[in-house]
Amino acid sequence: MHDTPPAKPRPMIDATNRGFWDAARAGTLTVQRCDDCGHSHYPGSPVCPNCLSSRQSWAPVSGRGELLSWVRFHRAYWDGFREEVPYNVILVGLEEGPMMISNLLGAEPESLQVGEALEVVFEAVDDTLTLPKFRPAGAA
Amino acid sequence: MTPAFHRLKDRIAVVGVGNTAYGNFPHTDDYGLGAEAFRRAVEDCGLDKNQVDGLGVCRLPYYARMGEILGLNPRWTVQFPAHGRMSAMAIIEAAAALEAGLCDYAALIYANIGRSRRVNYGGEESPGVWDPYGYTSPGAAHALMFQRHMALYGTTTRQLAEVSVAIRHHACLNPDAVMKQPITIEDHEAARPITAPLRLLDYCLINDGAVCLILTTKERARDLRKRPVMISGIGAREAYTNASLPNFDRNFWYDEVRDVADQAYGMAGVGPGDVDALMCYDNFSPTVLFSLEGLGFCKQGESGGFVEGGTLRLGGRLPTNTDGGHLSNSYMQGWALNVEAVRQIRGECGARQVPDAQVVQFAATTPCSRSIIYTPG
Ligand SMILES: [Zn+2]
Repeated sequence: MHDTPPAKPRPMIDATNRGFWDAARAGTLTVQRCDDCGHSHYPGSPVCPNCLSSRQSWAPVSGRGELLSWVRFHRAYWDGFREEVPYNVILVGLEEGPMMISNLLGAEPESLQVGEALEVVFEAVDDTLTLPKFRPAGAA
Repeated sequence: MTPAFHRLKDRIAVVGVGNTAYGNFPHTDDYGLGAEAFRRAVEDCGLDKNQVDGLGVCRLPYYARMGEILGLNPRWTVQFPAHGRMSAMAIIEAAAALEAGLCDYAALIYANIGRSRRVNYGGEESPGVWDPYGYTSPGAAHALMFQRHMALYGTTTRQLAEVSVAIRHHACLNPDAVMKQPITIEDHEAARPITAPLRLLDYCLINDGAVCLILTTKERARDLRKRPVMISGIGAREAYTNASLPNFDRNFWYDEVRDVADQAYGMAGVGPGDVDALMCYDNFSPTVLFSLEGLGFCKQGESGGFVEGGTLRLGGRLPTNTDGGHLSNSYMQGWALNVEAVRQIRGECGARQVPDAQVVQFAATTPCSRSIIYTPG
């Protein structure tokens, strides 16, 4: 019998962000959009940072963005990532404005330029969790 | 029109400073270290400790326990969270309280036992939104920013090395400093990567120690042991818009630090060209580059070239972190840098003294950016 590899950290799902993770599991990338003023933001917030409205929805976005920056972790801060160092983490600027941290799939960031176009791709961790990740646009 | 806060110009003095040794002290705790720094600061200014009627504590668990240990029952107390950006925030709060008469003598005490308690600054100790992607730690945020700075402006890691090398040089001149082996640009380039492009020598130390500053009004300062060091300029601006991506700003806090610089220079009536020494919050080496740009020592994107050739070393154009900073002296989260600013103005720095230091600036480029300009009283 194999030892179970140490678990990776999972998102802390609460009333505010549940819609994001439900949509991700269904293969849709969303950001929180204010029903009153249209302001888009991520991560979710209990009220709109622009107008303080409580009426907000998880709205689908294009899934397109640009590579703003990246970092390669040579240190494992969690045992669950120990096997993967040195792994990449990217910062994506979504077309709709908000920024997201993610991982780059299908290429290494050293081979890309800051500003290069990316698109979302969904990685199912298990039945209950899917993580939005990104790859170079048009790589499919 | 002159902003109202400019009325604080040269009103409040730092009159006493003290620090413990820096290192690994599992035999004591944060209160013990804080008490020692307080005792030294009291001795430094010659005040009867019972005259201290204002207490600010940072990274200490419980202000009242600190008061109990020091035998103080002040009429002004503030507890600041254990965040690196608090030092100048606390000094400015104390200055405002003193000017308002909420206290007459304020002691600010900071203690850190991160080394002996093996603090990690990432992972399970500080859960965040981005953990599922393996993203954590303030160092990684600065790696993201520096990577972007390289891409936008052509800044190089050899230029970044100039920061660590100059600051280590100063630590070698400071008997209190933790790191006293000189390093070269090649050492920096060969150091172990942690969150590439950042390497070990881009990271601050983690060590135990404590720092205390005692402040009072200009009038009361005259009766104390040493020549007062005046707070001549202050500036402040927060950047909370992307606080869920901690310690990161897409534009390197340039706009916020420009604002801070305008406030502080405008109040003190000086400019970057008048600054004899800079005490620059150096949690990670790129922060120094971002600070130099925001403060106006060079244009945005030009800090890499600016620091080349020893600009930040004693004898260079802008001696920076003359005590060895967080990178090589001690991780006192800005507090020791403010003490060093006071000592430079007093001329107490021995081998690392900047000749005739008249204007010394502290600056912290963080989500709560601050600057303080110190001059002789
Ligand atoms: Zn709104």
